Amino acid sequence: MNALARALNSDIGYSFRKTPVAMVSAVVVTILILSAVLAPLVAPYNPFDPATLNLMNGFSKPMEPNAFTGDVFWLGTDDQGRDVFSTILYGMRVSLFVGFAAVLFALTLGVTLGLLAGYIGGWTETLIMRAADVQLTFPSILVAMLIFGIAKGFTPVDMRDQMAIWVLIIAIGLSDWVQFARVVRGATLVEKNKEYVQAARLIGRRPGAIMIRHILPNVLSPVLVIATISLALAIIAEATLSFLGVGAPPTQPSLGTLIRIGQGFLFSGEWWILLFPAVTLLALALSVNLLGDWLRDALNPKLR
Amino acid sequence: MTDPVLSVRNLSVEIPTRAGILKPVDGVSYDIAKGEILGVVGESGAGKSMAGNAIIGLLTRPAHISGGEVWLNGNRIDTLEPEMLRRMRGKEIGMVFQDPLTSLNPLLPIGDQLTETILEHLPVTKAEAEARALKGLEEVGIPAAAQRMGSYPHEFSGGMRQRVVIALALCAEPSLIIADEPTTALDVSVQAQIVALLKKLCREKGTAVMLVTHDMGVIAEASDRVAVMYAGRLAELGPVRDVLTHPMHPYTHGLMGSTPLASKGLARLNQIPGSMPRLGALPDGCAFNPRCPKADAKCRANPAPVMNERASCWHPMIPGQTS
Amino acid sequence: MLAYVIQRVVQSFIVLLIVGLVAFSMFKFVGDPIDNMLGQERTDADIERLRGVLGLDQPFPVQYYKFLTNAAKGNLGVSYRQGRPVAEIIAQRAPATLELAAVSGFLAMVFGIGLGVFTAIRRDGWAANTIMTVSLIGVSLPTFLIGILLIYLFSVELGWLPSFGRGETVMIGGWSTGFLTASGLKALILPSITLGLYQMTLIMRLVRSEMLEVLRADYIRFARARGLRERSVNFRHALKNTMVPVITVTGLQLGSIIAFAIITETVFQWPGIGLLFINAIQFVDIPVMAAYLMIISVMFVGINLLVDLLYVAIDPRLRTDRAGAH
Repeated sequence: MNALARALNSDIGYSFRKTPVAMVSAVVVTILILSAVLAPLVAPYNPFDPATLNLMNGFSKPMEPNAFTGDVFWLGTDDQGRDVFSTILYGMRVSLFVGFAAVLFALTLGVTLGLLAGYIGGWTETLIMRAADVQLTFPSILVAMLIFGIAKGFTPVDMRDQMAIWVLIIAIGLSDWVQFARVVRGATLVEKNKEYVQAARLIGRRPGAIMIRHILPNVLSPVLVIATISLALAIIAEATLSFLGVGAPPTQPSLGTLIRIGQGFLFSGEWWILLFPAVTLLALALSVNLLGDWLRDALNPKLR
Repeated sequence: MTDPVLSVRNLSVEIPTRAGILKPVDGVSYDIAKGEILGVVGESGAGKSMAGNAIIGLLTRPAHISGGEVWLNGNRIDTLEPEMLRRMRGKEIGMVFQDPLTSLNPLLPIGDQLTETILEHLPVTKAEAEARALKGLEEVGIPAAAQRMGSYPHEFSGGMRQRVVIALALCAEPSLIIADEPTTALDVSVQAQIVALLKKLCREKGTAVMLVTHDMGVIAEASDRVAVMYAGRLAELGPVRDVLTHPMHPYTHGLMGSTPLASKGLARLNQIPGSMPRLGALPDGCAFNPRCPKADAKCRANPAPVMNERASCWHPMIPGQTS
Repeated sequence: MLAYVIQRVVQSFIVLLIVGLVAFSMFKFVGDPIDNMLGQERTDADIERLRGVLGLDQPFPVQYYKFLTNAAKGNLGVSYRQGRPVAEIIAQRAPATLELAAVSGFLAMVFGIGLGVFTAIRRDGWAANTIMTVSLIGVSLPTFLIGILLIYLFSVELGWLPSFGRGETVMIGGWSTGFLTASGLKALILPSITLGLYQMTLIMRLVRSEMLEVLRADYIRFARARGLRERSVNFRHALKNTMVPVITVTGLQLGSIIAFAIITETVFQWPGIGLLFINAIQFVDIPVMAAYLMIISVMFVGINLLVDLLYVAIDPRLRTDRAGAH
């Protein structure tokens, strides 16, 4: 409690309390993450357990009793009688898992390569930063698609659906490491020449130890900002790929897959199958984005 | 004494912040006569630049003038509409900034920057403006000025750029120049040249100058009178020779002591203990009292008097007495 | 300056070589082309013959060189899925994508720069604040949702505009254009807004932040101190300095429009090369994927190069000898 009080009284905490948008976003993000993590407990049905499905419940409207069975579903059901609310909770699990895992992957890769490039310099630096430049020439969503396509080519046909999530994480992560590497390299170049790092070198600290103990702490706040914004981008990227049919498979649908499925019912009037997953995705992406935006401003007052 | 060009009366500037209202400039008054150079000196954060920005109407929000008056050639200017203020800037008051590397637009030739300023303020044709611009560059000592009109700022050295900046400040023949640390960003070898140039041009044209600096050497070199600022207030104001040789405010005394050049005549080199308080944490009474060797209960209880002879101090140092 | 231009051209060339290598490696290592091209009842003789025809028996650098020269000649292989030359398929579909991208890019640039300048100059006005808030939603809103939303509003509810396809097209030479028919133009409206909106938001936010940065610069304060008019300070001094970084990013954005067209084309079933690429990924049609990669790279690298040269034209500091400046 004491630590929380102190956090709220710091400059960041002050800015947080003074920014209603940030507070609302934080609440929304927390609720969404919690309900996704606790989906098996929160969801009224398990939409992927065929035993609980009743085809008669198909196309139930939200909040209205089904014509045949009389069951009521808050957000209605899809063509196979799956509860939309439950599929959203499970879909969000997939979306968030892919998002977090991809950012973690990109962060680890980017920070490591950035530290190496900045600290070692020379050929290592040239190679890493040139690769970053070349990759930056292309939009990350295209890079992710391409990696997904290539990886799909390598995966045996019968494994493709099972591996799709992992391929997705690698594809999005690989498409997003450059930002981290650039910032970390820049900061490393600055810190490297400061006296305390020189001193640590003189007393014979190993490069690895210097990088982790002295340089890494200095880049944490920009990395945190990039990570938050990357999370929003990764969630959108995942949704986009899945929507295009080159992401999460129908057996393990993410929010993007659900929207892809829902789009098919746009013209036939079953709007709820499309609307609710879309609104959820929007709320998730928007609130993470707003949080990232606020964090950037709060940690970097001169950008206001 | 003739009417002053600039007359600042009780000028105050406020910045509202989360922690309360800060007063970077607090009740400052001084005059500058035609052709006179007033040096304004003080540590960074003492409010000298802020006062200059307030006079020319370039305070950036949320800073704003909260009290006092500014008169220029008999007209009150602190209450002018933004548009009138804009017309006065450059025309009546020229400004020279600290860093010539960043003061000039990198994408426009210097000749264009001069002519646009002249055309804005003077009723002349484009050709006349260009002729004036060229003359201005020659006056500030740009070699082969005619060929350099089309040059971009990055093609000049720092000292030459500051000359261009001075030409820009003077090109519409203002009656006052505010020079905000004009030599700080320059090489030591160039500083003296720029000060001499500024001094010479202003004497010739009769332009009044407010020379803001933290460098006592520049003050001694160029100014006629000097105003010493401390924590937003005026500590001492007087003819430069008197203030330098016989400072009356303990702060000025300490300042002289800690400046190698001015300390030559003094018996020992003083250091002022402590540092200037942050604006948010000013002590009660006289702002200098925690660092002052002469401070007593009076100083801790009451703000410094507005002006005692030359200094704003309860216990001014009278020449001949030892401190 | 000449050295700078040459350096940029060489760099672009290296990027293309690397992309070519990636594309070639896809052919070589992803799936077995023999498997893909010959059916079930193949003989060893068939395989040997095809290996010879495809040059698979030659060393790697030779194969790579042949691959590049073939690609340069427009020989991009045969689609596994459609059995037609990839170059032919792409030539047939490229006009759809290019027309869509051109219209979107134009919209994005005009509105992006205009609104960016507006929101920077009126940074505290209610209109600017509203635009900024809406734009944040725009950035968070995935492109495909914008497309679906527009379809729902204008096709499903109002029935004003078509929800898929290009409408009627007219063939001019080998180029099928939708610009000349009413239905073609109508079909273009929703997709081009969908595609341009995100880029517009990005350009707008970038122009705004660059402009705010420039407006804080000393030379802007100095321009104000010289009594120049607000209009002159904003447009003559600030905007020009803003344009240097903005052109770079805007150029790159225009490049990405062609890539992002993939999403819009899928939503609107727009028969361009983006839709082709997505289908190729779904069916692991390597030749089409590789060809798309190479074609889009040539476009990107070309645009980048153009942007760099434009940069030189705007910034005098780059025009003089760069070695002297640093």
